[in-house]
Amino acid sequence: MKETKIFEKPKSMVDVTTHYCPGCTHGVAHRLVAEIIDELGIQEKTVAVAPVGCAVFLYNYINVDAYEAAHGRAPAVASACKRLLPDSIVFSYQGDGDLASIGMAEIVHAANRGEHITVVFLNNAIYGMTGGQMAPTTLVGQKATTCPLGRDPKLAGYPIRMCEMLSTLQAPAYIARVSVAKPKYTLKAKEALRKAFQTQIDGKGFSFVEILSTCPTNWGLRPVDATNWLEEHMMPEFPLGEFKTPA
Amino acid sequence: MAKGRVGVNEERCKSCGLCVAACPMKVLRISDKINSKGYRPVEQFKEGCIACKMCAITCPDVVLEVFLLEDDKACNA
Repeated sequence: MKETKIFEKPKSMVDVTTHYCPGCTHGVAHRLVAEIIDELGIQEKTVAVAPVGCAVFLYNYINVDAYEAAHGRAPAVASACKRLLPDSIVFSYQGDGDLASIGMAEIVHAANRGEHITVVFLNNAIYGMTGGQMAPTTLVGQKATTCPLGRDPKLAGYPIRMCEMLSTLQAPAYIARVSVAKPKYTLKAKEALRKAFQTQIDGKGFSFVEILSTCPTNWGLRPVDATNWLEEHMMPEFPLGEFKTPA
Repeated sequence: MAKGRVGVNEERCKSCGLCVAACPMKVLRISDKINSKGYRPVEQFKEGCIACKMCAITCPDVVLEVFLLEDDKACNA
């Protein structure tokens, strides 16, 4: 019998245990980014910008040069880095609390300026690190510690759809929403990330990938139930697909 | 159908069970062992892996490695 290894840890991923909760799909998104960095051969010139939130230790897990930005300011830091080092490949990796709440101004203006950066946006519809508070992306009726009876649109408005909002702008080159809840979605997510990084390598402009992700701990669900909940409740609210592709 | 084998890095496993749910052949389960973090790592408990990689693709902690098994004779033919 001959054995051939057909799946292993990507080389640009550090061999450590992550701090994420069991079943948290941040790890899948990390691995996909690392796989794309390996496959495109850009590890030496890639710069990551880590957010504030659960993914704050991104720089411990993906073996590339990295900044840690102030809360929500990752697109601004990434813009500066890309302008000063135009040959580098710069990406920010942000959660929904970071990007869609405190960092709303930075992401909208970075996108509107058409900065040549890639933004990976993890949307799990809740604040993870701080303990499960309502996020701008929390679904109507979804329970969180700050809306224990479910999000009431009369008090807190409706979930913000970042992809749809950014795709009204003229400058962004690539905008897509994917998921990593189940393998069939994960395979498509990887292709979207590849296109996003390729958009930047080709100098076509701003690229943005929203990844629908689970937060079993703060949703109060078992990991497998959380993936089903995402399919049933988040996908109708946040439809998957490509919103903008480079001409 | 292709034959495969799943390798488990038991120390990395957090016992979330996503791979068990993703496996189309149902050859994975949570084992009775306990790793140093107190989680029960996953194990392949029977033959029948088809090397589809679904478990490894869905694993958030890169616990799994997948091997494709081929007959030496088939390779030489």
